[in-house]
Amino acid sequence: MAKKPQLAIDTRPWRDPGAKPFVRIKNVTKKFGDVAAVNDVSLDIYKSELFCLLGGSGSGKSTLLRMLAGFEEPTSGSIEIDGQDMTGVAPYNRPINMMFQSYALFPHMNVEQNIAYGLKRDHLPPTEIAGRVAELLSLVKLQDYGKRKPHQLSGGQRQRVALARALAKRPKLLLLDEPLGALDKKLREETQFELVKIQETLGVTFIVVTHDQEEAMSLATRIGVMNSGEIAMIGEPTDIYEFPNSKFVAGFIGSVNMVEGVVTEDEPGHVRIRSAELGCDIYVGHGVDCAPDQILWWAIRPEKVHLSRDRPDAPFDANVTKGMVEEIGYLGDMSVYQILLESGKRLRVTQTNTVRGNPDSITWDENVYLTWGDSSGSVLTV
Amino acid sequence: MSSFDTDSPPPPHRRPWTLFERGLKAIGLSGRALVIAAPAIWLTVFFLVPLLVVFGISLSVKQFGRPPYTPLLTTDEGTVQLTLHLSNYLRLFTDNLYVAAYLSSIKIAFISTVIALLIGYPMAYAIARAPDRWRNILLMLVILPFWTSFLLRVYALTGFMRGNGVINNFLGLFGIPPVVMMQTDFAVYVGIVYTYLPFMILPLYTNLVKLDGALLEASADLGARPVRTFLSITLPLSMPGIIAGSMLVFIPAIGEFVIPSLLGGPSTLMIGRVLWDEFFANTNWPRAAAVAIAMLVVVVIPIMLLQKAQDAVQDNERNT
Repeated sequence: MAKKPQLAIDTRPWRDPGAKPFVRIKNVTKKFGDVAAVNDVSLDIYKSELFCLLGGSGSGKSTLLRMLAGFEEPTSGSIEIDGQDMTGVAPYNRPINMMFQSYALFPHMNVEQNIAYGLKRDHLPPTEIAGRVAELLSLVKLQDYGKRKPHQLSGGQRQRVALARALAKRPKLLLLDEPLGALDKKLREETQFELVKIQETLGVTFIVVTHDQEEAMSLATRIGVMNSGEIAMIGEPTDIYEFPNSKFVAGFIGSVNMVEGVVTEDEPGHVRIRSAELGCDIYVGHGVDCAPDQILWWAIRPEKVHLSRDRPDAPFDANVTKGMVEEIGYLGDMSVYQILLESGKRLRVTQTNTVRGNPDSITWDENVYLTWGDSSGSVLTV
Repeated sequence: MSSFDTDSPPPPHRRPWTLFERGLKAIGLSGRALVIAAPAIWLTVFFLVPLLVVFGISLSVKQFGRPPYTPLLTTDEGTVQLTLHLSNYLRLFTDNLYVAAYLSSIKIAFISTVIALLIGYPMAYAIARAPDRWRNILLMLVILPFWTSFLLRVYALTGFMRGNGVINNFLGLFGIPPVVMMQTDFAVYVGIVYTYLPFMILPLYTNLVKLDGALLEASADLGARPVRTFLSITLPLSMPGIIAGSMLVFIPAIGEFVIPSLLGGPSTLMIGRVLWDEFFANTNWPRAAAVAIAMLVVVVIPIMLLQKAQDAVQDNERNT
């Protein structure tokens, strides 16, 4: 699905070395006792970005978010927002608002009072507060629900009240902790696009914490993948998916086939890797930072492998191997094949079902050839 | 292995209570009715009936003899006569002693409740926010005084507050002359607050421990300083705990007898002591009974009003 042009992605300030970051996280470490929940993280986030912090539980993404909000102080390192050092600044003095995972709506206040809470703290005149609340209610399409208490709302409505409340003070930076985590799948997909739309309209910088890689891929301008307290990779969704920098990132995002191999040829223009697991050589059509005889890993996405009954051309005497179809999963738009190679290694291959009810499609127990382009896979050294 | 003979009737009275159950059915009772009946009967026999007896006595007048009050029903030559004396109740209103004692009791109970709330709230809050491993120990410390007799603990307080007691001896070290604490209202407040503090802390604790920390963070995030967060979020959400704790202190404190008689002086006027004097010193059972019934009214009516208000608030929350 093509993404609508977005403020940040149009300009891509992170590609401009001279651009000034809006949020600057510098060498931040947070220790709980002896355990480092966040370990020496440095991260620049630019204005109007929708930045996703993606990671499993315990990866430190929530701790990083809580440090931005001011609920935790970094053990070392500094956080700057809009050029202002946030060390020692209390949560109630930060130009930031947060949408909590549990929504944290005040149960004894109705929707309007919840949204107005932050505005009242700024001592705005009542008429202005009422105007802003009405504006926000229409933004999240809850005009008729202003007098309801949180427990009288559905999960999706609560989520929108929480968003409206967090946006009420027009923060420069909005933190969202698993914003869609408590919603069911269908509602999540709808809300996802609404969230992006609101972010584009208001131009607010969003930092979203999520464990859901699909959510991160479809929401984010950039993604920071976190693993055990460290940033494993920062990049645009396509970079993260197509050019992972490590085994962890390749395996964490989407599904991937990973094999071990030994470098046999290391030229500036190409690399040849011998893989016993794959049962053939891998010819990589670009230079890789490696040394001959080095053991490394090669990862390829299931949709980048092609299946055929006839032996395809192998221009470099590489990138072709044989296997047997062990399992087929029919998903409608595509089918997932599990191919057993001669080495005993299993590869996952997806093929788009372009022909309706194809009687000649590859089926169980067939011997097939697998092939891929010389730049389809990623060579990973870590 | 023999097959089951499905035609044979089930062995009679397999379960020991089958017979009992059948017996109950025969007189039109089910097990459920019995379970409900047990507390109902208990309350009727040991609470309602004695209360009616007291109410009955309050409508008679004192006489010398045994029992020391006139019977309500008298038979005279085949005529059954019911005599209800309202004089005891009228006396409660006309004699300033009683009105003053009621007002003084309410005042002492109210001030004690407020002090207990002011001391108990921070304690309950601290326990609720303490690390898990400390929480049970701290709660234990709150409950620990109950392991000693209430009477003994009140007596122990006299050892602290009397002329040459612990406090005055301590003050003496700094050359401060002894402070008179015993036989004053101050001592009564100390006694009541000390004795009933756990009843304030425990309901507050159970309420505050459920308070979601994310709500406090959300409030801070929206720009509220800690004091504002407390007033706007913590306090309103802990109202049920405040009401429950205050009731548990206020109600027994109104009728308190032991503390004012052990710690209070002759000027400490509380209805519990008046009742005691009426009963034992004056042997005026009817008057004492009237005092007790009036106290019940004084205590029960505000509670009922409060309960109603609380229900209304809850209904309001549910229906808006």
